[in-house]
Amino acid sequence: MMNNGKLNRRDFLRYGTMAAGAVALAACAPVAPGAAPAAGGAAAPAAASGANQLEIFSWWTSGGEVEALNALYDIFKKKYPDVEIENSALTGGAGQGGNMKALLETRMQGGQPPDSFQVHLGHELIDSHVKADRMEDLETFYKDEGLTDVFPKDLVDIASMNGKPWSVPVNIHRSNVLWYRTDKLEAVGAEPPKTWDELFAVADKLKAKEIPALAIAESEPGFCGHEFENLLVAILGPDDYRGLFTGKTKWDDAKVTEALTTLNKVLDYANPDYLSTTWGDITDRFMADSAPAMMIMGDWTHGVLKSKNFTNYKWAPAPGTEGIFIVLSDSFGLPKGAPHRDNALNFLRICASKDGQDAFNPIKGSIAARTDADKSKYDEYQLSAMADFKANTLVPSIQHGAAAKQSFVLDYDLAINLLATKRDVAAAQAKLVAAAADAEFEAA
Amino acid sequence: MATSNPVSVPGERTRFAAGSTTRKKKTLFRGDMLIAMVVLTPSIIAVALFIYTFIGWTFYISTVKWNSVIIDYTFVGLKNWQRLLNDDRFYTDLRNLVYYGVGFMTQCIVFGFLIAALLDQKIKGETFFRTLVIFPFAVSGIVTGVAWRWLLQPTTGINLLFAKIGLANFHPVWISDPNYGMWAVTIPAAWQFTGYVMALYLAGLRGIPQEVREAAAIDGAGTYTIYRYVIIPLLMPVTFTAIVLTGMNSIRVFDLVSAMSGSGPALATDTLAFFMFQTTFGAYRYSLGAAIGAFMMILSAFLVVPYLRSMKQEVEQ
Repeated sequence: MMNNGKLNRRDFLRYGTMAAGAVALAACAPVAPGAAPAAGGAAAPAAASGANQLEIFSWWTSGGEVEALNALYDIFKKKYPDVEIENSALTGGAGQGGNMKALLETRMQGGQPPDSFQVHLGHELIDSHVKADRMEDLETFYKDEGLTDVFPKDLVDIASMNGKPWSVPVNIHRSNVLWYRTDKLEAVGAEPPKTWDELFAVADKLKAKEIPALAIAESEPGFCGHEFENLLVAILGPDDYRGLFTGKTKWDDAKVTEALTTLNKVLDYANPDYLSTTWGDITDRFMADSAPAMMIMGDWTHGVLKSKNFTNYKWAPAPGTEGIFIVLSDSFGLPKGAPHRDNALNFLRICASKDGQDAFNPIKGSIAARTDADKSKYDEYQLSAMADFKANTLVPSIQHGAAAKQSFVLDYDLAINLLATKRDVAAAQAKLVAAAADAEFEAA
Repeated sequence: MATSNPVSVPGERTRFAAGSTTRKKKTLFRGDMLIAMVVLTPSIIAVALFIYTFIGWTFYISTVKWNSVIIDYTFVGLKNWQRLLNDDRFYTDLRNLVYYGVGFMTQCIVFGFLIAALLDQKIKGETFFRTLVIFPFAVSGIVTGVAWRWLLQPTTGINLLFAKIGLANFHPVWISDPNYGMWAVTIPAAWQFTGYVMALYLAGLRGIPQEVREAAAIDGAGTYTIYRYVIIPLLMPVTFTAIVLTGMNSIRVFDLVSAMSGSGPALATDTLAFFMFQTTFGAYRYSLGAAIGAFMMILSAFLVVPYLRSMKQEVEQ
C-alpha cells in the first residue's frame, strides 16, 4: 500500500511536471513570434499554409468596396496563378478603418507586417509608418513604372517625404462636392449655391418651407470634421490652407475663426437631429422624402446613391471651392520585411497599372489616380471629376488622412465635435490651436 | 451557455463550506506540498509574467516619452500623468464613469434582487424564467451594443413604441444627448448584466435556511419586515460581491460604447477604456495611453483590495 502510494505519487509528479511543461510551452507559443520576430516566426498567419502567398490588409468590407478589391485580385490571379491571396480585410472601428489600423499597428510593432496594406495617401502613412522607419521607399518603383509621368505632381507631392514617394495611390476621391436634391431646390426655385453667402440665402428660403438645408451626422466626431475642411479651403484658399500644416498659417488666424463661425451658423440650418444621426445613415437620410436639400460629402456618396438606384440628385463643387480639388486617396505601400516582397511588388504594379485602376475605380465609385484612364469605363459624374482632377489645384484632405497625421485628425475631430455640441467657437478654436501645437506642424 | 455554468457566490458558499473542508485538506496533503508547488509553479510563472510583469511594464511606459510611432524610452517622470490630469477629456470620462457606475450598479442590484426574490417564491416554470433573465449575459457586448444602438435611435427605435401607446411627447434622444448620453448606455448594460446579479442573489437566497424565515414569522414579522430586517442583511456579502463585480465592469466598459456610439457627441458616451484605445491605437500616444491604463488599474484596486480583505476575514472566521 505504502509503496503503491509512493509510486503513484512519483508518477503523478512526473506526469504532472510533463503536463505543466507542455502547458507552459503552449502558453508561450503564441507570444514567441511577437517577442522574437527574427526567429522565423514572422508572418505566422501566412506561413502556416505554404510560402507563395500575398497578404493584403484593408478595411474594404462593404458593398462596392469588396467587388472593387476583388477586381484587383482577379487581375493578380490571372497574372500570377501560383500565388495564394490572403485577404485580411477588417471592418469597423472608430475613425475610418480604426480596427484594422489597430491590428496593423500591433503587427507592424511586432515585426510581422502584411505584404501590403491599405492606407490613406499622405500623412496617415508618413507619420504612422514611414517616420517609424517601417516602410521601403518606392522611388525606384515609381521610376521603373514611369509613374511620375502619369500621376499629377501635386499628388506625388502628397505621397512623398524627403523627396521620395512611399505608397502607390490606387484611387482618387474628392472631398469637396455639394450634392443636392433637384426636387428640393426646385421647390424654392434656387440654383445650387456657389458661395457660402449664396448657400445661406438658399437656406433661408428652404427654412421658410421647413426644409433643412444641409445634412449633418455628428452622433460621434468625424462628419463635421469633413464639413470643416471644406470651409477652411473655401475661406482660406489653397495656399493658406496648405500653410496650416507647415506652420505658415496659424490655427488662431481670424480666417479660421471665420470658418468656425460659418460652420456654427450652418448647424442652425442642418437636420435638427444631427447629433443622433450617424455618418453611416446619412445617405439614407439624403434619399428620404423628408431629406435635407443639400449635403457636402465626398464622392463615394455618388457610388452609394447609384448602387441604390437613386437618381433625384445632382452635384456641384462645394461652395467657395470651385477650381480646387480636395483630394484623398487610398494607397498601398511596401512594409520593410514584407514576407513575400516580390508578390507585394507585383501587387503594387497592378495597383499602379492602367488596367488595375480602370478595373478598380468604376466599381468603387472613385476615379483613377492616373491621368490616362480609359474614359469609356466611367460615368457622368466620374468624367466631370476626372476633368477637374486634371485642371484644378489639388489640396490634401484633413479628415481623410492626407494632410496631417492621425493623432491630429483625432484631436481636430474632437474640437469640431465640441463646436457642434456646445456651439462655442472660441473653445473649439483653442482646441484646434492646442492640437496643432501637439502635432508640431513645421515646414517640410 | 451561461446557465450551464455554475455561478459562484463567494460570500455565502465559502462561509458555510470553508471551515470543515480546509481542515481536512491540510492533514491530507501535508506531505504533498511539494507536488502542489510543482504543479502550481507553471501557472504562477505564467501569471507573474503575463499579468504582473505587464502591469509593471504599463506603469513604466507611462513614465517615458513614447508618444509617437517612434519608440522612445526617455524617462520623463510624471509628465504623461500631468498631461492626463490636464486633459478635459479625462474629467469628462470620470464624470461618465460616475453616471455609468451609479446607473448600472443601481439597476443591476435593484432589478437583480427583485427578480431573484420573485423567482424564489417556488413558482411554476422557475427554470424557464431564470434562463430567460440570465440569457442576455450569454450575448457578447458587441452584439448587445449593435442591437441597442438601433433600439435607442431616437427616430426609429423604442421611441416609436412610446408614440404608438400615446406618449408621442416623450421622445428622449437617449445615447445622443451631449450631457446625459451615458445614462442611456446603462440601460443595455444593465439589461445584459442583471441576470448575472439575479443568479448571485438567487443562490444567496437559497443559502438562507428556512428556519430563519420561520423563526422571524413566528416572532410576528410580515413579509416586508422579514426582507428588510432578516434577508437583506443576511445577503450583504452577496450585495458586496455584486457591487464589486458591477463596479469593475463600470471601470472597464469598452465594447458596448464602441459598438453603440463611440465617444458620442461632446464625449457624452466616452469611457476611460475607449479613451485609452483611441490614444494608443488611434493617436499612437503610447505613454499617455499607458498612463490611462495604469489609472484604471489603480481605480480597480480601490474596489478589489477591500473585497479581498473582507473575503480573507470571512475565510478566517
